[in-house]
Amino acid sequence: MPMMSTMKVSGRDKIFLAFNYSFVILAFVLVAYPVIYMLSASISDPKLVGSGEMWLLPKGITFEGYERVFQNKSIWTGYGNTLLYTVVGTAINLFVTLPAAYALSRKDLSGRHFFMGMFIVTMFFGGGLVPSYLLVKELGMVNTMWAIVIPSAASIWNIIVCRTFFQTSIPKELQEAAQIDGSSNLRLFVSIILPLSMPIIAVMALFYGVGNWNSYFSAMIYLNDAEKYPLQLVLRQILVLQEMSAMAGGTIDASTASALNNKAEIAALVKYAVIIIATAPIIAIYPFLQRYFVQGVMIGSVKG
Amino acid sequence: MREAGGVIKGTVLPEREKGRNKTWRRIVLNWELYLFIAPAFFYFLIFSYGPMYGIQIAFRNFVPTKGIYGSPWTGFDHFIRFFDSYYFWDLLWNTFSISLYELAVGFPIPIILALAFNEIKDGYFKRTAQTITYAPHFISVVVMAGMIITFLSPSSGIVAHLIGWLGFDAPDFLTDPRWFKTMYVFSGVWQSAGWGTIIYLAALSGVDPGQHEAAIIDGASRFQRVRHINIPAIVPTMTILLILNMGSLLGVGFEKILLLQNSLNMEASDVISTFVYRSGLVDAQYSFSTAIGLFNSVINAIVLVVVNQAVRRTNENSLW
Repeated sequence: MPMMSTMKVSGRDKIFLAFNYSFVILAFVLVAYPVIYMLSASISDPKLVGSGEMWLLPKGITFEGYERVFQNKSIWTGYGNTLLYTVVGTAINLFVTLPAAYALSRKDLSGRHFFMGMFIVTMFFGGGLVPSYLLVKELGMVNTMWAIVIPSAASIWNIIVCRTFFQTSIPKELQEAAQIDGSSNLRLFVSIILPLSMPIIAVMALFYGVGNWNSYFSAMIYLNDAEKYPLQLVLRQILVLQEMSAMAGGTIDASTASALNNKAEIAALVKYAVIIIATAPIIAIYPFLQRYFVQGVMIGSVKG
Repeated sequence: MREAGGVIKGTVLPEREKGRNKTWRRIVLNWELYLFIAPAFFYFLIFSYGPMYGIQIAFRNFVPTKGIYGSPWTGFDHFIRFFDSYYFWDLLWNTFSISLYELAVGFPIPIILALAFNEIKDGYFKRTAQTITYAPHFISVVVMAGMIITFLSPSSGIVAHLIGWLGFDAPDFLTDPRWFKTMYVFSGVWQSAGWGTIIYLAALSGVDPGQHEAAIIDGASRFQRVRHINIPAIVPTMTILLILNMGSLLGVGFEKILLLQNSLNMEASDVISTFVYRSGLVDAQYSFSTAIGLFNSVINAIVLVVVNQAVRRTNENSLW
């Protein structure tokens, strides 16, 4: 009898596992296919891509798309600007987030609840788009890099993640020992806490860095000179505006667009190449850093 | 009562005084910690509370040359104008329906995917599947919009070809208003379902293996164990995320909508936040746009509180 029941159970489980594997494989294929398709399309003959003959592996290999992208000056300017904004922005993010999170993790900080409450309110209620815009304008930051990096200097979510890390991963004894030794909080933070916090610093740099690299909206509303546009804004002209105005029957207003060849097929080829070039840096390093990203989300999920 | 108060005052004050001294000593001793928190404090004060203060222009007729204080008060005129406008109900409907559609499709899929990942014991396959499904999270919203536009192009997009091979005529996804919401929701699922599993997998990793062993001895099948052990283990996470999602019902992914919007699909794609952007920053109707934005934030806050309250009545997993 016991034998029988084990057999029956494993039979049911086999069906379940078969469903389970099929589901995961389906998800895997659905996510991977568009990525593979874009990679192939970026090096295939645009005629074969447009007609649907190329649907998985590259056909009629050509690197013209990449050549045109590399010749395009505004893409390189955009790349440079994005690098600058990402590095400066992320440095500011870390400078604001880490010390504040550490201070908030200290139980002996009077007014801790006041600060935390004040920060958390901003998660659920804000002034909205226009008052924020008017403020940035009032501060004279419009059309400068500061309009991109300062208004997004910290995220309350990341401060909470860091605070949780400091609370759970740094032994309290270290702080007590340092205080008995008479060393200041600044020294304690810089020479003891920070070196022990490399994992969370990496996570924060990655979270903020990716966010800065990918953002377009503040650049769109605050920057006027095309010379200062980050990559995402240049991409918006190539990938979205051009296409949308063609569909809606409007005129192409993007100087970037006209700089590129206007033949539809070449334009499509350029689009795939541009998508790959813009996304490659992040997608290429991500599998190596996946552990840190996942860690960041997990620390954030601990209710604290 | 007053006498009792007096008695307490008489006996407790010295204690409290001592406590106050201690607090002051602690503040002085840890003065550097206030320096640590200062950048964040001033950042939130200026860039979050500053705009909140600026909300008052919703009740004024803001003229840039006169400044906030010089502009005349108008009371609720801007709100009334918005509520009476012909597009009010369209905007509200689009915003709510996109959010609810997104919630109905986008909320359960990461949960199912996480449960499925959790049942796979083959380390290599599991890791590969996770790495691949997480990756789209890092694609920028601009590139995402570009991908949607090229894939769904009616003449050369691969989706049109695939539908054609199946023997159907592909609709024009990008310009047909009936397809806008579906396009928006499913591209969002493609991009974030994998990443969304992480938080559930964290909760699942905390399940006590002893529970599963006991269930196996009792003859429970894998499916039964998932249903009765794993799902209850992630209910708290689910509840919290659901409350947070409900709190942003009117805060749909505005950046992506703005990029996918065109004059042909406007009737389905115009939501409150894109309207705020257009009327405020493109047409420079500062006060009117701020009023609409305020309406939006207030509704969000109310929904959050109501949902949290409802959850608190039924179980203990509420936000506060």
